[in-house]
Amino acid sequence: MSVGWLPLIVAAVGSYLLKLAGMLLPARVLDDRRVHAIAGAMPIAMLSALVVVELLDAGGRWGADWHVLAGMVAAVGALVLRQGVLVVFVAAVSVTAILRYVS
Amino acid sequence: MPRSLALARGYPADMDGVTTTQRRQITRALGGIAVYALAFGMTFGAVSVASGLTLAQSLVLSVVMFTGASQFAFVGVIGAGGLPVAAISAALLLGARNAFYGVPVSAALRPQGRSRLWTAHFVIDETTAMLGAQQDTPAKRLAFWATGIVLFVAWVAGTAAGAIAGEVIDPDALGLDAAAPAVFLALLWPHLRTLRASALAGASVLVAVALIPIAAPGVPVLAAALLAVAAGLLPGRDRTHPEVPSDVDGLP
Repeated sequence: MSVGWLPLIVAAVGSYLLKLAGMLLPARVLDDRRVHAIAGAMPIAMLSALVVVELLDAGGRWGADWHVLAGMVAAVGALVLRQGVLVVFVAAVSVTAILRYVS
Repeated sequence: MPRSLALARGYPADMDGVTTTQRRQITRALGGIAVYALAFGMTFGAVSVASGLTLAQSLVLSVVMFTGASQFAFVGVIGAGGLPVAAISAALLLGARNAFYGVPVSAALRPQGRSRLWTAHFVIDETTAMLGAQQDTPAKRLAFWATGIVLFVAWVAGTAAGAIAGEVIDPDALGLDAAAPAVFLALLWPHLRTLRASALAGASVLVAVALIPIAAPGVPVLAAALLAVAAGLLPGRDRTHPEVPSDVDGLP
Protein backbone atom coordinates (compact mmCIF):
# COMPACT_ATOMS: atom_id res chain seq x y z
CA MET A 1 0.00 0.00 0.00
CA SER A 2 2.72 2.44 -0.93
CA VAL A 3 3.90 3.78 -4.26
CA GLY A 4 7.29 4.87 -5.58
CA TRP A 5 8.04 8.29 -6.99
CA LEU A 6 8.40 7.18 -10.62
CA PRO A 7 4.78 6.06 -11.21
CA LEU A 8 3.57 9.13 -9.35
CA ILE A 9 5.61 11.51 -11.52
CA VAL A 10 4.58 9.68 -14.72
CA ALA A 11 0.90 9.99 -13.78
CA ALA A 12 1.22 13.64 -12.73
CA VAL A 13 3.23 14.83 -15.74
CA GLY A 14 1.08 12.70 -18.05
CA SER A 15 -2.04 14.42 -16.70
CA TYR A 16 -0.50 17.81 -17.45
CA LEU A 17 0.47 16.74 -20.98
CA LEU A 18 -3.15 15.70 -21.62
CA LYS A 19 -4.30 19.20 -20.64
CA LEU A 20 -1.61 20.71 -22.86
CA ALA A 21 -2.65 18.54 -25.81
CA GLY A 22 -6.10 20.14 -25.69
CA MET A 23 -4.49 23.59 -25.76
CA LEU A 24 -2.22 22.91 -28.72
CA LEU A 25 -4.95 21.96 -31.17
CA PRO A 26 -4.86 24.38 -34.12
CA ALA A 27 -7.46 27.17 -34.30
CA ARG A 28 -8.86 25.59 -37.48
CA VAL A 29 -9.91 22.60 -35.37
CA LEU A 30 -11.40 24.84 -32.67
CA ASP A 31 -13.50 26.75 -35.17
CA ASP A 32 -15.16 23.57 -36.39
CA ARG A 33 -18.88 23.47 -35.58
CA ARG A 34 -18.74 19.78 -34.69
CA VAL A 35 -15.79 20.35 -32.34
CA HIS A 36 -17.84 23.03 -30.56
CA ALA A 37 -20.75 20.60 -30.21
CA ILE A 38 -18.47 17.83 -28.90
CA ALA A 39 -16.75 20.20 -26.48
CA GLY A 40 -20.14 21.24 -25.10
CA ALA A 41 -21.26 17.63 -24.70
CA MET A 42 -18.02 16.39 -23.09
CA PRO A 43 -18.42 17.62 -19.49
CA ILE A 44 -22.05 16.46 -19.42
CA ALA A 45 -21.15 12.89 -20.40
CA MET A 46 -18.01 12.56 -18.28
CA LEU A 47 -19.37 14.15 -15.12
CA SER A 48 -22.46 11.91 -15.35
CA ALA A 49 -20.24 8.84 -15.63
CA LEU A 50 -17.95 10.05 -12.82
CA VAL A 51 -20.89 10.42 -10.43
CA VAL A 52 -22.21 6.89 -10.94
CA VAL A 53 -18.74 5.33 -10.93
CA GLU A 54 -17.99 7.06 -7.62
CA LEU A 55 -21.30 5.77 -6.20
CA LEU A 56 -21.62 2.29 -7.66
CA ASP A 57 -18.10 1.01 -8.37
CA ALA A 58 -16.94 -1.14 -5.45
CA GLY A 59 -13.58 -2.09 -6.93
CA GLY A 60 -14.52 -3.48 -10.33
CA ARG A 61 -17.94 -4.75 -9.29
CA TRP A 62 -21.31 -3.16 -8.52
CA GLY A 63 -21.74 -2.06 -4.94
CA ALA A 64 -23.03 0.93 -3.00
CA ASP A 65 -22.90 2.29 0.53
CA TRP A 66 -26.41 3.43 1.54
CA HIS A 67 -24.97 6.15 3.81
CA VAL A 68 -23.33 7.74 0.78
CA LEU A 69 -26.48 7.31 -1.34
CA ALA A 70 -28.47 9.10 1.39
CA GLY A 71 -25.85 11.84 1.30
CA MET A 72 -26.41 12.12 -2.45
CA VAL A 73 -30.18 12.49 -1.91
CA ALA A 74 -29.33 15.44 0.36
CA ALA A 75 -27.06 16.81 -2.37
CA VAL A 76 -29.86 16.59 -4.95
CA GLY A 77 -32.18 18.33 -2.48
CA ALA A 78 -29.69 21.17 -2.11
CA LEU A 79 -29.38 21.46 -5.90
CA VAL A 80 -33.16 21.55 -6.36
CA LEU A 81 -33.20 24.39 -3.82
CA ARG A 82 -30.67 26.19 -6.09
CA GLN A 83 -27.77 25.99 -3.65
CA GLY A 84 -24.12 26.30 -4.71
CA VAL A 85 -21.34 23.71 -4.71
CA LEU A 86 -20.33 24.40 -1.11
CA VAL A 87 -23.81 23.81 0.35
CA VAL A 88 -24.15 20.67 -1.77
CA PHE A 89 -20.79 19.42 -0.46
CA VAL A 90 -21.71 20.10 3.18
CA ALA A 91 -25.17 18.51 2.80
CA ALA A 92 -23.79 15.30 1.27
CA VAL A 93 -20.88 14.92 3.68
CA SER A 94 -22.80 15.75 6.86
CA VAL A 95 -25.79 13.51 6.07
CA THR A 96 -23.43 10.63 5.24
CA ALA A 97 -21.41 11.17 8.43
CA ILE A 98 -24.44 11.53 10.70
CA LEU A 99 -26.19 8.42 9.33
CA ARG A 100 -22.98 6.43 9.63
CA TYR A 101 -22.55 7.62 13.21
CA VAL A 102 -26.09 6.72 14.37
CA SER A 103 -26.32 3.38 12.55
CA MET B 1 -6.08 53.36 -26.82
CA PRO B 2 -7.49 53.15 -23.30
CA ARG B 3 -4.80 53.28 -20.63
CA SER B 4 -6.35 50.34 -18.77
CA LEU B 5 -5.91 48.19 -21.86
CA ALA B 6 -2.19 48.96 -22.00
CA LEU B 7 -1.87 48.31 -18.28
CA ALA B 8 -3.65 45.03 -18.56
CA ARG B 9 -1.48 43.85 -21.45
CA GLY B 10 0.89 41.13 -20.39
CA TYR B 11 -1.28 39.87 -17.57
CA PRO B 12 -3.13 36.59 -18.00
CA ALA B 13 -6.32 38.06 -16.54
CA ASP B 14 -7.39 40.98 -18.71
CA MET B 15 -10.45 42.11 -16.81
CA ASP B 16 -11.47 44.90 -19.18
CA GLY B 17 -15.04 44.68 -20.33
CA VAL B 18 -16.39 42.72 -17.38
CA THR B 19 -19.65 44.21 -16.14
CA THR B 20 -20.33 44.75 -12.44
CA THR B 21 -23.07 42.12 -12.57
CA GLN B 22 -20.72 39.54 -14.08
CA ARG B 23 -17.97 40.39 -11.60
CA ARG B 24 -20.39 40.06 -8.68
CA GLN B 25 -21.68 36.75 -10.02
CA ILE B 26 -18.14 35.37 -10.38
CA THR B 27 -17.01 36.67 -6.98
CA ARG B 28 -20.00 35.13 -5.24
CA ALA B 29 -19.29 31.74 -6.81
CA LEU B 30 -15.59 32.04 -5.91
CA GLY B 31 -16.27 32.25 -2.17
CA GLY B 32 -18.04 28.92 -2.28
CA ILE B 33 -15.39 27.42 -4.53
CA ALA B 34 -12.57 28.46 -2.17
CA VAL B 35 -14.18 26.86 0.87
CA TYR B 36 -15.22 23.74 -1.00
CA ALA B 37 -11.75 23.35 -2.61
CA LEU B 38 -10.20 23.62 0.82
CA ALA B 39 -12.59 20.99 2.21
CA PHE B 40 -12.30 18.77 -0.87
CA GLY B 41 -8.48 19.16 -0.81
CA MET B 42 -8.48 18.09 2.84
CA THR B 43 -10.58 15.10 1.82
CA PHE B 44 -8.01 14.19 -0.81
CA GLY B 45 -5.07 14.63 1.59
CA ALA B 46 -6.69 12.41 4.20
CA VAL B 47 -7.66 9.71 1.66
CA SER B 48 -4.19 9.89 0.09
CA VAL B 49 -2.21 9.20 3.26
CA ALA B 50 -4.77 6.55 4.25
CA SER B 51 -3.93 4.90 0.89
CA GLY B 52 -0.23 4.73 1.78
CA LEU B 53 1.16 7.86 0.12
CA THR B 54 3.40 10.26 2.03
CA LEU B 55 2.61 13.92 2.67
CA ALA B 56 5.16 14.94 0.01
CA GLN B 57 3.67 12.56 -2.57
CA SER B 58 0.15 13.83 -1.85
CA LEU B 59 1.33 17.41 -2.33
CA VAL B 60 3.11 16.64 -5.61
CA LEU B 61 -0.12 15.12 -6.93
CA SER B 62 -2.12 18.23 -5.99
CA VAL B 63 0.47 20.67 -7.39
CA VAL B 64 1.47 18.85 -10.59
CA MET B 65 -1.45 16.55 -11.46
CA PHE B 66 -3.99 19.12 -10.17
CA THR B 67 -7.14 17.37 -11.33
CA GLY B 68 -9.30 15.97 -8.54
CA ALA B 69 -10.89 12.93 -10.14
CA SER B 70 -7.54 11.61 -11.45
CA GLN B 71 -5.94 12.14 -8.05
CA PHE B 72 -8.72 10.27 -6.28
CA ALA B 73 -8.49 7.48 -8.87
CA PHE B 74 -4.68 7.22 -8.51
CA VAL B 75 -4.66 6.91 -4.71
CA GLY B 76 -7.78 4.70 -4.84
CA VAL B 77 -6.03 2.09 -7.01
CA ILE B 78 -2.85 2.25 -4.88
CA GLY B 79 -4.90 1.96 -1.68
CA ALA B 80 -6.75 -1.08 -3.07
CA GLY B 81 -3.39 -2.76 -3.69
CA GLY B 82 -3.43 -2.20 -7.45
CA LEU B 83 -0.30 -2.13 -9.60
CA PRO B 84 1.37 1.24 -10.27
CA VAL B 85 0.60 0.84 -13.98
CA ALA B 86 -3.11 0.45 -13.14
CA ALA B 87 -2.98 3.59 -11.00
CA ILE B 88 -1.29 5.52 -13.82
CA SER B 89 -3.86 4.25 -16.36
CA ALA B 90 -6.81 5.21 -14.18
CA ALA B 91 -5.42 8.70 -13.61
CA LEU B 92 -4.64 9.30 -17.29
CA LEU B 93 -7.93 7.87 -18.57
CA LEU B 94 -9.84 10.17 -16.23
CA GLY B 95 -7.51 13.06 -17.08
CA ALA B 96 -8.18 12.62 -20.80
CA ARG B 97 -11.36 14.68 -20.42
CA ASN B 98 -9.20 17.71 -19.60
CA ALA B 99 -7.80 17.51 -23.14
CA PHE B 100 -11.35 17.95 -24.42
CA TYR B 101 -11.99 20.79 -21.97
CA GLY B 102 -9.03 22.47 -23.70
CA VAL B 103 -11.30 22.94 -26.72
CA PRO B 104 -13.86 25.33 -25.15
CA VAL B 105 -11.14 27.02 -23.09
CA SER B 106 -8.93 27.64 -26.14
CA ALA B 107 -11.92 28.73 -28.19
CA ALA B 108 -12.85 31.34 -25.58
CA LEU B 109 -9.44 32.56 -24.35
CA ARG B 110 -7.29 32.01 -27.48
CA PRO B 111 -4.01 31.70 -25.53
CA GLN B 112 -0.95 32.20 -27.74
CA GLY B 113 2.65 30.93 -27.52
CA ARG B 114 4.09 30.20 -24.12
CA SER B 115 0.96 31.30 -22.22
CA ARG B 116 -0.56 28.03 -23.40
CA LEU B 117 1.93 26.19 -21.13
CA TRP B 118 0.49 27.64 -17.92
CA THR B 119 -3.07 28.09 -19.15
CA ALA B 120 -3.14 24.33 -19.79
CA HIS B 121 -2.33 23.54 -16.16
CA PHE B 122 -5.61 25.15 -15.04
CA VAL B 123 -7.92 23.41 -17.53
CA ILE B 124 -10.06 21.30 -15.19
CA ASP B 125 -13.75 20.64 -14.43
CA GLU B 126 -14.34 23.69 -12.27
CA THR B 127 -12.54 26.28 -14.39
CA THR B 128 -14.21 24.98 -17.57
CA ALA B 129 -17.62 25.04 -15.90
CA MET B 130 -17.12 28.58 -14.56
CA LEU B 131 -15.88 29.78 -17.95
CA GLY B 132 -18.84 28.08 -19.63
CA ALA B 133 -21.30 29.86 -17.36
CA GLN B 134 -20.24 33.26 -18.75
CA GLN B 135 -21.44 34.57 -22.09
CA ASP B 136 -18.66 36.87 -23.32
CA THR B 137 -14.88 36.66 -23.56
CA PRO B 138 -13.73 39.12 -20.85
CA ALA B 139 -16.05 37.51 -18.30
CA LYS B 140 -14.96 34.03 -19.41
CA ARG B 141 -11.32 35.07 -18.98
CA LEU B 142 -11.94 36.44 -15.48
CA ALA B 143 -13.99 33.39 -14.47
CA PHE B 144 -11.31 30.99 -15.71
CA TRP B 145 -8.30 32.65 -14.08
CA ALA B 146 -9.95 33.65 -10.80
CA THR B 147 -11.34 30.14 -10.39
CA GLY B 148 -8.05 28.50 -11.39
CA ILE B 149 -5.89 30.48 -8.97
CA VAL B 150 -8.29 30.35 -6.01
CA LEU B 151 -8.84 26.64 -6.57
CA PHE B 152 -5.11 25.88 -6.84
CA VAL B 153 -4.18 27.66 -3.62
CA ALA B 154 -7.09 26.20 -1.65
CA TRP B 155 -6.60 22.70 -3.11
CA VAL B 156 -2.89 22.52 -2.25
CA ALA B 157 -3.37 24.04 1.22
CA GLY B 158 -6.28 21.67 1.85
CA THR B 159 -4.22 18.69 0.72
CA ALA B 160 -1.45 19.56 3.19
CA ALA B 161 -3.92 20.01 6.06
CA GLY B 162 -5.83 16.82 5.21
CA ALA B 163 -2.68 14.73 4.82
CA ILE B 164 -1.43 15.87 8.22
CA ALA B 165 -4.84 15.37 9.89
CA GLY B 166 -5.28 12.08 8.03
CA GLU B 167 -2.71 10.44 10.27
CA VAL B 168 -5.22 10.64 13.12
CA ILE B 169 -8.75 10.78 11.59
CA ASP B 170 -10.84 8.34 9.53
CA PRO B 171 -12.10 10.14 6.36
CA ASP B 172 -15.14 7.83 6.07
CA ALA B 173 -16.25 8.65 9.64
CA LEU B 174 -16.59 12.28 8.51
CA GLY B 175 -18.63 11.26 5.45
CA LEU B 176 -15.87 12.45 3.13
CA ASP B 177 -16.43 9.53 0.73
CA ALA B 178 -19.62 11.35 -0.33
CA ALA B 179 -17.65 14.49 -1.21
CA ALA B 180 -16.42 13.58 -4.70
CA PRO B 181 -19.74 12.38 -6.22
CA ALA B 182 -21.61 15.32 -4.66
CA VAL B 183 -19.16 17.83 -6.11
CA PHE B 184 -19.24 16.21 -9.55
CA LEU B 185 -23.07 16.24 -9.48
CA ALA B 186 -23.09 19.91 -8.53
CA LEU B 187 -20.82 20.69 -11.48
CA LEU B 188 -23.06 18.66 -13.80
CA TRP B 189 -26.38 20.10 -12.59
CA PRO B 190 -26.42 23.46 -14.43
CA HIS B 191 -25.81 21.66 -17.74
CA LEU B 192 -29.03 19.62 -17.48
CA ARG B 193 -31.34 22.33 -18.77
CA THR B 194 -32.16 20.82 -22.15
CA LEU B 195 -33.69 17.49 -23.11
CA ARG B 196 -30.65 16.82 -25.29
CA ALA B 197 -28.22 17.28 -22.36
CA SER B 198 -30.36 15.18 -20.04
CA ALA B 199 -30.56 12.38 -22.60
CA LEU B 200 -26.77 12.42 -22.98
CA ALA B 201 -26.34 12.33 -19.19
CA GLY B 202 -28.76 9.40 -18.93
CA ALA B 203 -26.99 7.45 -21.67
CA SER B 204 -23.60 8.12 -20.05
CA VAL B 205 -24.89 6.83 -16.72
CA LEU B 206 -26.21 3.62 -18.32
CA VAL B 207 -22.99 2.93 -20.26
CA ALA B 208 -20.74 3.64 -17.27
CA VAL B 209 -22.78 1.45 -14.92
CA ALA B 210 -22.85 -1.39 -17.46
CA LEU B 211 -19.04 -1.24 -17.85
CA ILE B 212 -18.16 -1.15 -14.12
CA PRO B 213 -17.90 -4.94 -13.65
CA ILE B 214 -16.24 -5.71 -16.99
CA ALA B 215 -13.85 -2.86 -17.77
CA ALA B 216 -10.60 -1.60 -16.24
CA PRO B 217 -10.74 1.35 -13.81
CA GLY B 218 -11.25 4.57 -15.73
CA VAL B 219 -12.74 2.92 -18.82
CA PRO B 220 -16.43 3.45 -17.85
CA VAL B 221 -15.79 7.19 -17.68
CA LEU B 222 -13.80 7.23 -20.92
CA ALA B 223 -16.61 5.36 -22.68
CA ALA B 224 -18.85 8.29 -21.79
CA ALA B 225 -16.41 10.52 -23.68
CA LEU B 226 -17.20 8.52 -26.83
CA LEU B 227 -20.91 9.15 -26.22
CA ALA B 228 -20.18 12.88 -26.04
CA VAL B 229 -18.39 12.68 -29.39
CA ALA B 230 -21.37 10.84 -30.87
CA ALA B 231 -23.81 13.37 -29.39
CA GLY B 232 -21.77 16.23 -30.80
CA LEU B 233 -21.82 14.73 -34.28
CA LEU B 234 -25.57 14.03 -34.22
CA PRO B 235 -27.56 16.52 -36.25
CA GLY B 236 -29.92 18.55 -34.09
CA ARG B 237 -31.97 21.72 -34.05
CA ASP B 238 -30.04 23.11 -31.11
CA ARG B 239 -26.53 23.66 -32.48
CA THR B 240 -25.54 26.29 -29.97
CA HIS B 241 -24.06 25.35 -26.63
CA PRO B 242 -23.85 27.62 -23.61
CA GLU B 243 -20.18 26.62 -23.20
CA VAL B 244 -19.13 27.86 -26.62
CA PRO B 245 -21.10 30.85 -27.88
CA SER B 246 -20.60 31.75 -31.53
CA ASP B 247 -19.04 35.15 -30.74
CA VAL B 248 -16.00 33.62 -29.07
CA ASP B 249 -13.72 36.45 -30.13
CA GLY B 250 -15.86 38.95 -28.25
CA LEU B 251 -15.25 41.51 -30.99
CA PRO B 252 -18.03 43.85 -32.07
